[in-house]
Amino acid sequence: MAKLEVADAISRAQSYPHGVLAYVGADGYPVNIAVEFSASPSAAVVDIGALDPELRPGDGQEVELTFSHIRPQPGVGYDERRYVNLWGPAVLDGTGLRVAVRRASGWDEADTPFFEYAERGVPAGRDYLDELGARPRLSRLWTVFLATRLPFLTATLIPVGLGGVVAARDNAFHTLWFVLALVAAVAVHLGLNMANDIFDDANGADAANVTPTPFSGGSRVLQYGLVTRRAMVSGCVALYALSVGLGLFLAAERGWGLLGIGAVGLVLSLAYSAPPLRLVHRGLGEPVTALGFGPVMAVGTYFACTGRWSWQPVLASLPVALLIALVLYVNQVPDRVGDGAAGKRTLIVRFSPAQVQAGYAVTVAAAYVCIVAEVVAGVTPVWTLLALVTLPLAWRVRNGLRANYGDPYALMPTMQSNILLHLLTGLLLVIGYVIAVVS
Amino acid sequence: MSNPTPLLPTPVIELLDVALVGELTVIDESGRPVTYPLIPLSDGNVIYLTSSVLFSRKLRHIKANPKVCLSLTDPVAIPVEPFHRATIQGDARVVEEDVHEGWERLLPMWGAKEPAIDFFLKKRFGIPLFFERSVIEITPHRVLWWEDGRASEPARVYELAGVS
Repeated sequence: MAKLEVADAISRAQSYPHGVLAYVGADGYPVNIAVEFSASPSAAVVDIGALDPELRPGDGQEVELTFSHIRPQPGVGYDERRYVNLWGPAVLDGTGLRVAVRRASGWDEADTPFFEYAERGVPAGRDYLDELGARPRLSRLWTVFLATRLPFLTATLIPVGLGGVVAARDNAFHTLWFVLALVAAVAVHLGLNMANDIFDDANGADAANVTPTPFSGGSRVLQYGLVTRRAMVSGCVALYALSVGLGLFLAAERGWGLLGIGAVGLVLSLAYSAPPLRLVHRGLGEPVTALGFGPVMAVGTYFACTGRWSWQPVLASLPVALLIALVLYVNQVPDRVGDGAAGKRTLIVRFSPAQVQAGYAVTVAAAYVCIVAEVVAGVTPVWTLLALVTLPLAWRVRNGLRANYGDPYALMPTMQSNILLHLLTGLLLVIGYVIAVVS
Repeated sequence: MSNPTPLLPTPVIELLDVALVGELTVIDESGRPVTYPLIPLSDGNVIYLTSSVLFSRKLRHIKANPKVCLSLTDPVAIPVEPFHRATIQGDARVVEEDVHEGWERLLPMWGAKEPAIDFFLKKRFGIPLFFERSVIEITPHRVLWWEDGRASEPARVYELAGVS
């Protein structure tokens, strides 16, 4: 329950059909009973109707009035949860009494959605668990799933896939080198996700965010106490070590040029959230993400397969680079308050809502222009135009962003559609290349 | 948890069986009453409520002062015909040896009132601390019951001295 202004709380109470009067009886037990009432917000008083004389509190005694509402939903449970608590001294008045309200609190899920309400209780919940000597638990599988933010791997699978099919178009696809490049890219991506959580925990950005969603606000495993900071750092270091080891092996086998690409990817992934650069704090998260999850991964995979450089994977990955940057961009919308409070000045924090929405429209349009222009220029296969079928999905995201910008929970379907937009567009580009190779 | 000879009065058990919300009043550290709307569950002898550690203040109050009171007052949240009202005073105990799974013994009763809880429990990875829960067990010792629901009238009083 949150504190409320007394007049506001009494106004809210007026919408309830009855109240519950509570006080501490002479035997030390609380008494609570349903009462009829009338209220005056301006006078800060609530008048209680006739009461059984046996159940009246003492004159001047501190009492509480509670007003509670739900709407039953058969087969589900209920919704529309709200309640108001008022406290003050009772003055006996005939057969009833008058409460001079001095203090008020309450909750209305229409104002504070349940998930935000629950999130605001996390620090108190952690303290309580600490006192009990208990820790929240999930299965090891779920914990790893959450801590690494595994579902976001689509951001890696697409550019690596594009690097592979571009190599195949050059008749140079090699399964082993492709798989090793994929594993290295996956490791660095998961390590990056964990590093991002570690640094956002350290700088307070995730703790300040009380409206996390499955697509934003970090994995929360540190905030919820599901994983210790030490374990998180260990996991992160292990993943980076794996990617570096594989990168060195691939460089030794396929050419030392690969070392440069790997180094760029590694530096970008760390500089994204780690001090001193903390590029995402400077509004550079989107270009860094576009570069890392676009050309760097595609070129790295292409080089691992072919052992040489080419502009083809760079150009092939440009549309998905723009779309993955937009995934970050939209997913940062619900985080903007917490990010701003923690000094993480992302583009979303810097831009007005109108600018954010315009930025989305321009960038997503650029991704499709890129797809068409590259075909027209003869750079990419004509079959990659298949990716244009996702245009309605882009339109849906654009509209969803406009309609639900201020509501993190209502924005969730839009964030999901935006991730799907990147995945489907990327898959169709890959399929376009595959058709071109086999036909 | 069924009991062939429940100690709570039958009309009160009928209310508890269907009530989606009851008002639990506890006493805070200043000696003042604080009331929380919660789903009441019962086996006819003891009243059970659960509280997430996210909302643990009431648990601290009960541990400091176990004297509590639960009212059943809302005709919308308690679909019985004809409608009655009841107030139950008793002593509460916080059971939290296993906050992770201990409360799950109450799931059949909880799920009967709020079927969606089974769905949310399957998604506990999304709100893990919500499902770290303490159980509040109230042993009732006195019941006030208003047959017509009008608490302005004298209540029928049941002293449950036999409850241990």
